[in-house]
Amino acid sequence: MTTETKLNIQDFLNQDEKKDLLRILTAGSVDDGKSTLIGRLMFDSKMIYEDQLAALERDSKRIGHAGEDIDYALLLDGLKAEREQGITIDVAYRYFSTNKRKFIIADTPGHEQYTRNMVTGASTANLAIILIDATKGVITQTRRHTFLVSLLGIKHVVLAVNKMDLVDFDQKVFDQICEDYKNFVAQLDIPDVTFIPLSALKGDNVVEPSKKMPWYNGKCMLNFLENVHVSSDRNFEDMRYPVQYVLKPDNNFRGFSARVASGIVRKGETVMVLPSKKTSKIKSITTYDGEKDEAFPPESVTVTLEDEIDISRGDMLVYPDSLPRVERHFESMLVWMDEKPMDPTTHFFIKHANNNTKARIDKIQYKVDVNTMERSSIDFFSLNEIGRVVLTTNKPLFFDPYKKNKSTGAFVLIDPMTNNTVAVGMIIDKLSSDNLPSRITEDERLQIRRGEGLIVNEQYEKRYNQKGATLWVTGLHGSGKNEMAFSLEKQLFEMGATVVLLDGSSVRSGLSKELDYSPSDRAEHLRRVAEVCRLLNDQGIITICSFISPDKEIRKQVAKIVGEDRFHLFHMKADLDFCKKNKPEFYNQENLEYVPGIDITFDEPENASLELSATDNGKNPEKIIEFCRENGIFPLQ
Amino acid sequence: MKKYNLTHLRELEAEAIHIIREVAAEFENPVMLYSIGKDSAVMVRLAEKAFYPGKVPFPLMHIDSKWKFKEMIEFRDNYAKENGWDLIVHYNKQGYEAGVGPFTHGSKVHTDTMKTKALLEGLSKYKFDAAFGGARRDEEKSRAKERIFSFRDKFHQWDPKNQRPELWDIYNARVHKGESIRVFPISNWTELDVWQYIRLENIPIVPLYYAKERPVVNIDGNLIMADDDRMPKELAEKAEMKKIRFRTLGCYPLTGAVESNAETIEEIVEEMMTVTVSERTTRVIDFDQEGSMEQKKREGYF
Ligand SMILES: Nc1nc2c(ncn2[C@@H]2O[C@H](COP(=O)(O)OP(=O)(O)O)[C@@H](O)[C@H]2O)c(=O)[nH]1
Ligand SMILES: [Mg+2]
Repeated sequence: MTTETKLNIQDFLNQDEKKDLLRILTAGSVDDGKSTLIGRLMFDSKMIYEDQLAALERDSKRIGHAGEDIDYALLLDGLKAEREQGITIDVAYRYFSTNKRKFIIADTPGHEQYTRNMVTGASTANLAIILIDATKGVITQTRRHTFLVSLLGIKHVVLAVNKMDLVDFDQKVFDQICEDYKNFVAQLDIPDVTFIPLSALKGDNVVEPSKKMPWYNGKCMLNFLENVHVSSDRNFEDMRYPVQYVLKPDNNFRGFSARVASGIVRKGETVMVLPSKKTSKIKSITTYDGEKDEAFPPESVTVTLEDEIDISRGDMLVYPDSLPRVERHFESMLVWMDEKPMDPTTHFFIKHANNNTKARIDKIQYKVDVNTMERSSIDFFSLNEIGRVVLTTNKPLFFDPYKKNKSTGAFVLIDPMTNNTVAVGMIIDKLSSDNLPSRITEDERLQIRRGEGLIVNEQYEKRYNQKGATLWVTGLHGSGKNEMAFSLEKQLFEMGATVVLLDGSSVRSGLSKELDYSPSDRAEHLRRVAEVCRLLNDQGIITICSFISPDKEIRKQVAKIVGEDRFHLFHMKADLDFCKKNKPEFYNQENLEYVPGIDITFDEPENASLELSATDNGKNPEKIIEFCRENGIFPLQ
Repeated sequence: MKKYNLTHLRELEAEAIHIIREVAAEFENPVMLYSIGKDSAVMVRLAEKAFYPGKVPFPLMHIDSKWKFKEMIEFRDNYAKENGWDLIVHYNKQGYEAGVGPFTHGSKVHTDTMKTKALLEGLSKYKFDAAFGGARRDEEKSRAKERIFSFRDKFHQWDPKNQRPELWDIYNARVHKGESIRVFPISNWTELDVWQYIRLENIPIVPLYYAKERPVVNIDGNLIMADDDRMPKELAEKAEMKKIRFRTLGCYPLTGAVESNAETIEEIVEEMMTVTVSERTTRVIDFDQEGSMEQKKREGYF
């Protein structure tokens, strides 16, 4: 190899190193030619290797949709299932570069059921190419795609009017489409829109300017993409440094690592730490490649401070003259990403700027129809639905409105049970926190006045993983009820259930202090116990009750107070001799009065959920636990 | 106004560092899988950068199939020592003792046993909840849709239908016990980016990447290097000296060489720019059937 060529490649590499990166989203409805366009851009910039091309030709014949032409779309449609169905169902990332720029394309499908995929692709894009089929013009899909692009804050849109070959490269068709689109896009927030007429299939205005459309004076697609100016889209004004990792290799170095979210971090500047509001100066900006005087987004660096301040992951460094909002209560646009519809009672995990906490959706202000942009009210979101919500978090977040600052305005919600990312949000700060519907809404206030709680049954059930219920054990004195009940309580408790045990001596020592054992006092005593059970069961708690409760009428009354469907009766079956042997100190007393089985009758229950054998008492708790499991009392089914 | 704009390599670097730190912050027990190849070399450098001036807070793990090129192992051991890495080497002992290898058992059994199974064993043995891999999305079609945080169930399986939405640079790191995440910090890099970065950063790589006269046998159109005497005699006999290099490195019987004169990174890149064959065709395991990489991934291979 000669020195001359070596120099050339050196030059090339030195030049190539300096390229920047453009992230593109492509959107279009099925068959608008999206895959063909991307395939052509990659092919013509020589990013397709020969073996891939050979495979492509083979596949084009077998499963292609482009007739005799090479079906560039096959290059892109990756996963097996999709290839067989002939559609793109996920976000696929493609890479190509020219000597000016490196490009990352997020290729997403266009159907409405793939809204979430498009939202995903849009989240990282600087620019969106929206495809239109020239024979169809601006259609519902175009509006939806544009709305999503605007929602996700993409500032540059290229409207690629494709298949111009099918309309004889007619300028009038193109102009009409541009006109229609301009009228529509004016309502949205997209500062930069460019229109390019092209034929992806034939290559017109893709990489080379088309000879068939001399009336078009603009750039062809690739030339445009190579030159569009996007670097100033980032926010360089408001410095936000969300601490990601605390670096403490030894006692001398205490650094805070992060990716600069926005603004310029400068050595020597005074910074404020949120949430503590303590201030210090930036002592150094450290990187593997040496110290720096400043760092800007999206650089990943490590800073040290002049003073020793307690800082952990999730804290944020800012400049005191430009503070973000620090709030637990705010509004956002939300996109529901999960197959499972939203459950309004869930406490989600929220991840925002390296901060993890929990969040509740207080209210859905409205839902936006992605096709018509009309608003309507709903109670919960289903897959792909978008709307405006009010949220409350456990810890305050440090945020800016998404429009102003993507990095500190975006968050995701994670379901605490499945760990799935179920929704994504973009914060709005039009209203101050005080004017937002608070955690207690007007409806809820009425509810409280009526004496109803604000937490619904399901919320308790989910929290405790159980149904509020009363496990009532009846049986003679000395039958072993208490021993069984205490053991049952312990076992359920250890399994994670939330239980309260009530028995004769504990209730009679306080709540029923003035009552004796006469039938009428017994009835009052058990009524009080039943009321306590009702209150506790209402709030999701399982009560275990161990009472002789000899009178079947009283037991019926108890069941009624507690609620028949959550009252479960267990009979500790034992004959008197067994009980006497078991508790001689009780039965041997003189002048026994009001003792069931002795001087008042014990009504053997006929309707017990389980009969428990006193002689084999060790097994009984397990039987009741099994009963709870079978009946979905605990754990919840 | 001053121009605050990163080059594409620095932007990719910043993204990767952010991802690596995120894993260190959110997981209890991460590991970086180290394959000795060029992508791993880049990934390790990125990890060193992420925690500078501190040390990388997680170990590296090499899954040794016992059929790697000798030079790879040499490189690994020297380099790990020089840089003070916390390096775990794991291999499938059972498979090794049973003498599993590509010549005797075929590429599928060998890969299943000595790579996939060995990897799963290694991950389970140390109970890692996150594992970095050096895969790139441009390598293969089915990877184009891979997440950066790729969720694996209790059996380390990848379900393409059950992957989490991944937006902005917010990564969901929540897993239940036994589940894990594979993390691909250089997802957005291309082969050219990797070479460029190696050049820019002066990252040492295994000499096999550079062209040199080496003994190779043409097996069904693939140039396989006679790296040791486990190559069957009847094949080894046919070995010829050719000036070759490797575009990817793996098990020597499964890794095809390309004839080349490229002795420097510049020359490699130059060849690459004019080359007409994609990187993966030099890896024999891909020839099985269409969608084969996807199949392997479902089973837990990277
Ligand atoms: N006539 C014509 N056909 C095109 C053009 N672009 C794409 N097509 C065809 O339209 C069909 C759908 O293209 P494809 O790229 O798969 O569309 P996608 O669904 O948007 O990815 C294929 O048969 C293409 O060959 C074009 O510019 N002109
Ligand atoms: Mg397509």
